[in-house]
Amino acid sequence: MSAPLLEVRNLEVRARNAAGQEVPIVRDASFTLAKGEVLALIGESGSGKTTIALALLGYAKPGCRIAGGSIRLGETDVLGLSKSALRDFRGRRVSYVAQSAAASFNPSLTIMAQVTEMAMLHGIGSAAEAEKRAIALFRALALPDPTRIGARYPHQVSGGQLQRLMAAMALIAEPELVVLDEPTTALDVTTQIEVLRAFKQVVKGSGVSAVYVSHDLAVVAQMADRILVLRNGEMQEIGPTGEILAAPKHPYTQSLLAAAAPTPRGAAAAPEAPPLLEVRGLTAGYGRIDAQGNPTLPVLRDIDFTIRRGSSLGVIGESGSGKSTLARVIAGLLPAARGEVMLDGAALPPALARRTPAQLRRIQLVFQSADTALNPRASVASILGRPIEFFHGVKGAARDARVKRLLDLVQLPASVADRQPGALSGGQKQRVNLARALAAEPDLILCDEVTSALDTVVGAAILDLMDGLRRELGLSTMFISHDLHTVRSVCDEVMVLYAGERVEAGSRRAIQEAPWHPYTNLLISSVPELRQGWLERRGSVRGPEAAAGARPACAFFARCGLAMPGLCDVTPPPRRTLAKAAEILCHRDEAALMQASIPAGP
Amino acid sequence: MLSLVAARLALGLVSLLLVSLAIFAITSLLPGDAAEELLGQYATRETVAGLRASLGLDLPAHLRYLAWLKGLATGDFGRSLASNMPVAQLIGSRLPNSLMLAAATAAVSVPIALTIGITAAMYRGSAYDRTVSMLTLSVVSVPEFLVATAAVIVFAVQLRWLSALSTTADITSVAQFFRVFALPVFALCCVIVAQMVRMTRAAIIDQLRAPYVEMAVLKGVGPLRVVLHHALPNAIGPIANAVALSLSYLLGGVIIVETIFNYPGVAKLMVDGVAQRDLPVVQACAMLFCAAYLVLVTTADIIAILSNPRLRHP
Repeated sequence: MSAPLLEVRNLEVRARNAAGQEVPIVRDASFTLAKGEVLALIGESGSGKTTIALALLGYAKPGCRIAGGSIRLGETDVLGLSKSALRDFRGRRVSYVAQSAAASFNPSLTIMAQVTEMAMLHGIGSAAEAEKRAIALFRALALPDPTRIGARYPHQVSGGQLQRLMAAMALIAEPELVVLDEPTTALDVTTQIEVLRAFKQVVKGSGVSAVYVSHDLAVVAQMADRILVLRNGEMQEIGPTGEILAAPKHPYTQSLLAAAAPTPRGAAAAPEAPPLLEVRGLTAGYGRIDAQGNPTLPVLRDIDFTIRRGSSLGVIGESGSGKSTLARVIAGLLPAARGEVMLDGAALPPALARRTPAQLRRIQLVFQSADTALNPRASVASILGRPIEFFHGVKGAARDARVKRLLDLVQLPASVADRQPGALSGGQKQRVNLARALAAEPDLILCDEVTSALDTVVGAAILDLMDGLRRELGLSTMFISHDLHTVRSVCDEVMVLYAGERVEAGSRRAIQEAPWHPYTNLLISSVPELRQGWLERRGSVRGPEAAAGARPACAFFARCGLAMPGLCDVTPPPRRTLAKAAEILCHRDEAALMQASIPAGP
Repeated sequence: MLSLVAARLALGLVSLLLVSLAIFAITSLLPGDAAEELLGQYATRETVAGLRASLGLDLPAHLRYLAWLKGLATGDFGRSLASNMPVAQLIGSRLPNSLMLAAATAAVSVPIALTIGITAAMYRGSAYDRTVSMLTLSVVSVPEFLVATAAVIVFAVQLRWLSALSTTADITSVAQFFRVFALPVFALCCVIVAQMVRMTRAAIIDQLRAPYVEMAVLKGVGPLRVVLHHALPNAIGPIANAVALSLSYLLGGVIIVETIFNYPGVAKLMVDGVAQRDLPVVQACAMLFCAAYLVLVTTADIIAILSNPRLRHP
């Protein structure tokens, strides 16, 4: 066997913590990578996977430094390079694809200027040649309008396109190694498929080696030849993808695999439970509201649903489907243009300011990002104490006792009360965020993507906690997520939103059974499966970009595999009830849908 | 985007109208009567009344305002009560001097401030950055009349390098130009450079923390190019505002500095006008300063709008 392309020996990276001490965040990492091979670094946040990936470019985040070990790429000792040699090395020999393309593109420069910058800096060919090569890469990455997309600015293209453009940027100087850092984590599943496919094609086609950083085993199964499992900065296991998936040796790998296949939680609430929240004919959006009650920019159209006492409704859809707006409307942050929201049979005033404190108390919102939802300067005790004082008028020692009880409820130690959110981990912050909502003693909690910023294992613990609380306290929840697994594992009922419309609604059991609305079918079949070769067998997907332009009668028309031109784009689809007791919005009858419902067909 | 720019310009015009109303109202409240002041010891009841009538001072306030506004719109600023010369002519003789002082100050201060601000941001946390921070903080807290007076004492009185008075009439050579302008420009620069440095540094540092800067570093882009090519275009909006605010501060600073150096500019004209209760001169000068302020701030806003790619390419 020839010498490996990349050889990492005993790599150690240290970071300075808040107390000013240096602690190792990556210890003793050693691995090799052959030419043309794809290695996945997998682990949870804090496992050191991004730190190792950045070290391959000779870079450490501010506050960190590469403290020991060696990295060799070909004949080059990466850690021994001078500053100017390192500049020449980066981009030309190793390049980087960042997690958030939207933040990593400079908003003030055109895409072409940024994609070709590396080629120009490293003096590889003329501007015209670089542009030609960029256009060829755009074409290889299946980007629309490859000859002209470069003239646009980053805000003018979609997230999935930006991520592919960033791959083009990484490949422009024909590097030997590409480092991909969670490149599809921020994307919708339907967008992710095409991006993964494009990445895979380009990586295989150009023979470049790649390091693929991810927390998602199912994605890694599609991309990598070998997997390296990391935890707390230490290597746990390394081996070929098939072996790691089929026969994980290390217990940690086994727990990761277990968390990737979620277990259903909770029993469905008794169907005869009285309705707590009823939403009828809800239309909401932004801009001026016309005489018919339609806003200029409608986000939600004619939504109906009911949440029964003690039950949980899952709301699922792509970004832009209106799911977060729905939570804002129910909470009163965005007054509805039309329709009504009823709590225990009594209509709620649309606007927050018109609701009584008692009404406010009964519905609480838990935001997606605990980082921004919690005041960083306030202690946990005061974050939780405020709603207790406000809603229940409890002060002093009695309030402190309640804070302690709340922390106990969300399984946090009482010592957390004196700390500020910055001193807590992501999972702990999300628990505090949840406790803040529980402090009001609400009847209904609206959870907006509460686990999507968390690792699988930590997120699963939060879901378990919520499920327990729901039964213990008789809470009702509305659970918003883009992740089908999450929704299916915690909710009694599921509602699928597409472009502001409720395209399918039914029980958890119903959503697991064919036939589905074509959009639900697309969502289900787009979730990567934990087996190699799934991506190749999965057919092409028409992502959200396909639906740009004027809105046809059925909003899903442009992306639908079963669309009937002349009917679907002209006549609004009727609401029909399927035999599995789910309501869908579609022209197609049950038999036709059943025939199309092959989740992972070619 | 064009509608945004048009809206900003319209807003500027409305502000100017409101300013004219405020100036007229305030100057009308000034104590003393120009007619009595003019006549001095010849003031009898009849002569005062006659003069008031001939000056139009006996008309109701709103008519006087409208007449004045109409004059402003047509470029007729009225006549000075003290010298009986057209105000436009008085200002016209002083304005080039003031503009020259302002232009010289801007030409010196803006490049210096941007260079120091950008380099301090590039080497943030270094000894250089800390020294700049300390110096700008100390300079910004010293009022310009103190700087000006101290400069006169040191350079003109003690060292006798430069003249304490600045009259433009002496300028016949480049060397003399420097002799005349050095002290007032120095005094004005001190204050505004410090402010611009601090705001430029903050705007650039804000951008240097952005993920796209880290991306540029990982692409192998050098530090100078990172700042000038990647960070600066995104910081133009805040920097333009900082420059405009600092330069508009010049308008206030100019009054004090022109007075101290006895420099024949518009500000000096205005100060003299106040002393002589020469209302038309005071009003016209005040309008001129306010208009200049509005022009600066509006220009900065428009630059910020134009530099935002989201607005330029919707």
